[in-house]
Amino acid sequence: MNLRRRYLRDRLMVGLVYLGTSVVLLPLLLIIGYVFVKGVGALNWDFFTKPPAPPGEGGGGMLPAIVGTFIIDLMALAMGGLLGLGGGVLMAEYPEHPLNRPLRMVANVLGGIPAILMGLFAFVVVVLPMGGFSAFSGSVALAILMIPIIMRSTEEVLKLLPWELREAGLALGLPRWRVTLSLILPAAKGGIVTGLLLALARAAGEAAPLLFTAFGNQFLSFDPLGPMDSLPLKIYVYAISPYEDWIQQAWGAALLLALMLMLTNFIARRAMRRR
Amino acid sequence: MKKPVLVVLALTLGMALAQSVSLNGAGATFPYPLYAKYFDAYQKLTGVRVNYQSIGSGGGIRQLFAQTVHFGASDAPLSDEKIAEFEQKFGTQVIHVPTALGAVVPSYNLPGVTQPLNFSGPVLADIFLGKIKKWNDPALAELNPGVKLPALPITVVHRSDGSGTTYIWTEYLAKVSPEWKAKVGVGKSVSWPTGLGGKGNEGVAGLVRQVPGAIGYNELIYALQNKIAYGAVQNRAGKFVLADLASVRAAAELKDFPADTRVSITDTPAPEGYPIASFTWILVYRDLDKDKAVKSRAEAEALARLLDWVIHDGQRYNEALHYAALPEVAVKVSEANLAGLRYHNEPLNQK
Amino acid sequence: MRERLYGKLGDRIFIAALVTLGGAVMFIAALMAWELWSGGAKAFRTFGFWGFVFGREWNVITGQFGAWPFLVGTVITSAVALALAFLPSLAAAIAIAEYAPRWLGEVIAYLVDLLAALPSVVYGLWGIFVLVPLVRDRVEQPLFLWSAEHAPALMGLLGPPTGIGMLSAVLVLALMIVPYASSLARDAIRLVPREQREAMYALGATRWEVVRRVVLPYARGGIFAGVILALARALGETMAVTMLIGNGHQLPYSVFGPAATMASVIANEFTEAEGGLQLASLLAVGFLLFLLSLVVNFAADWILRRMSVGEGHE
Repeated sequence: MNLRRRYLRDRLMVGLVYLGTSVVLLPLLLIIGYVFVKGVGALNWDFFTKPPAPPGEGGGGMLPAIVGTFIIDLMALAMGGLLGLGGGVLMAEYPEHPLNRPLRMVANVLGGIPAILMGLFAFVVVVLPMGGFSAFSGSVALAILMIPIIMRSTEEVLKLLPWELREAGLALGLPRWRVTLSLILPAAKGGIVTGLLLALARAAGEAAPLLFTAFGNQFLSFDPLGPMDSLPLKIYVYAISPYEDWIQQAWGAALLLALMLMLTNFIARRAMRRR
Repeated sequence: MKKPVLVVLALTLGMALAQSVSLNGAGATFPYPLYAKYFDAYQKLTGVRVNYQSIGSGGGIRQLFAQTVHFGASDAPLSDEKIAEFEQKFGTQVIHVPTALGAVVPSYNLPGVTQPLNFSGPVLADIFLGKIKKWNDPALAELNPGVKLPALPITVVHRSDGSGTTYIWTEYLAKVSPEWKAKVGVGKSVSWPTGLGGKGNEGVAGLVRQVPGAIGYNELIYALQNKIAYGAVQNRAGKFVLADLASVRAAAELKDFPADTRVSITDTPAPEGYPIASFTWILVYRDLDKDKAVKSRAEAEALARLLDWVIHDGQRYNEALHYAALPEVAVKVSEANLAGLRYHNEPLNQK
Repeated sequence: MRERLYGKLGDRIFIAALVTLGGAVMFIAALMAWELWSGGAKAFRTFGFWGFVFGREWNVITGQFGAWPFLVGTVITSAVALALAFLPSLAAAIAIAEYAPRWLGEVIAYLVDLLAALPSVVYGLWGIFVLVPLVRDRVEQPLFLWSAEHAPALMGLLGPPTGIGMLSAVLVLALMIVPYASSLARDAIRLVPREQREAMYALGATRWEVVRRVVLPYARGGIFAGVILALARALGETMAVTMLIGNGHQLPYSVFGPAATMASVIANEFTEAEGGLQLASLLAVGFLLFLLSLVVNFAADWILRRMSVGEGHE
């Protein structure tokens, strides 16, 4: 192969890679622009500070839903993060462990279950035994949604770290658990955080698993054992309503949700680079 | 002398108790905006917090059976089998409380046609059966003299999700078309012989808007609020009626109203009535102590009072939101039903 | 004692904790499978397991339920979406981790992850109002007219050019799964040891050759894991697909025509099902989706192991 053809092919591939990237990014920008145009009009002071109002009256806001989203998603991230990280570390750092193959399979299978069935599951194992809808049961449903994403991304990132890193630690006389906690996890924190964020983003947009669990609440509530509102739920019920002001608020909520996730993503990335 | 003091005491006590009460209800999406209005107003009035969430009529019925809610809400009444199951399981009856009326309209997208089209029941059935395939079909032309109908193919759009709207629509079509009754039947989701499925009112409306030549069906409120073109339907008296609050309410003025309020008003005999309309209901246990979600007598009383308020004072909120208010006869029957609400076999006072 | 706690015992506690967490995940999955199975048992009993799987009719009124059209719809949409999404997501990963300057890579990575942050219903709404008219007017109608003129045999395969149906659903689905495939691929590429690349450059290789010969083979595991993650997401994605696919329950499916997936039929009917055979059948569909996911993963596992046979890394 002569040099000119090799360089030509190199140029061509650079072009193709950027072309492929823009194929992905163009629709994204279109969608974000669309959400922004539709939703920005709804974002005002009332939107952030008031409970919802009946249709046709204007005003009213999403305060209970905003608060609820934070509480439900954080609880879910705590539970899902713990289980997902645990499973991911086990699969990556103890490749010889017999639990690994079935665990990996299970994680992938969980990822293919529609979110609404996670809600059904949480309804059966949490809501019915506890005798009522609760934010906690919603968090359980979302946590299950998060687990496979966190687990797989954790595993993959850890596996890609060179074995030399571990060997170096072990050579210093560190036990395996110290190597994992003090060397491996910090070295992989970028990828791990990406996984957590992806999982959070995935779960934060889902309304279906919350319908029969967190249930929704038009009143402000901080009680994790009672019904609680959430932005995706509000988007879901407002977007299908006939009323212009509610539909407008649904777009506002969608924009807010996207902005919140953007911000989380941004902050997490910045924090990672600092250290 | 003593009596008024006691009354005042009881009232303040009642108020104080009511302050702390909160009720949960779940079910139908169709009346959700109206219920949001009711319960907002009711909270300002009495302090009772009523949390209603629209998780679907079927979901509401399931929650009523699972005893996680104080009341359920449904766009279709419980079937006879469901009622038998309920009575056998819980040893009490379920009470249907109608709250409002809704109508379903044929919505369409016909470029170049501005005036509302006329439809008849059998023609709508044939369109949705896939037998009438073009907009300039003679059957349609006959109903619409003087309208220049294009030779566009008809694209049928239906709800893909289970829906009370579909229930009303198919119930009407089955009444006016034996073929529909035999081939498709009546239900919240049916096996459609033709067409595209859109999820939700907005899905159907979106598809109708996007596809020239499409016909679908939507709730009247949705069509009104979103300015979707819809047609008039010929009622049993032979009159072409456009759905509006008056014609929907007229359809419900029945002479003999059944005691359990489970009544179909589609294909109404009323001469001014719109033929594709229906009630929407709130469902409660007659013996409220049998519902595990009702945890105290105070909650049971609050619920009884709330329902009484809804069928009386609450009704004045209906029309502003484009829901037809209950006809007098439905209120009378419901009063009698609500008087039967009990808690541990004691009747609940409602005032 | 301190020494032991720090060393051997510490290791044992650590692994016990990990096994507990991993075991909990497996327990949850098993419990979920059990719930779906027992919830759907009535449907499997009524129609027989295979009768339900291959049943072509789904009719709530007559009480006939069969999952076959949804099974086919799920497999087709997921496979095609994955095929469409694979190269662009790989391209994005390469751009981020190899080609783009650092700041641009950050921006692209950030944007790609953002794709995962938009709620599914937003994709659906955008699909209906922006993508559908575009697909109908620019793709489906010209193709349909062309085939009507030149290849009438194709028309049945293409289906009605309404914009609502398999094509639009698959396009949006492909877009939605890009971040999952791309993020793992990107991390994998980033973690390719610098020495590997430098050795190749030292041999006089062009950038593409380095990517082709070193980076991609090294990062293969991560890329493949990303594909599996994306596939899982595609199998279970509900709202956007439901809004765009047209929800036709009849086989055979056509390219432009309506179809339905297992997730979409569950989403459509779950909230309105009052119980009984309909609810049982929906849960049975959920159970089948669980099984399908399992089968797909076994296949993927098998491919992955064949791929890595005889080649060093892992």
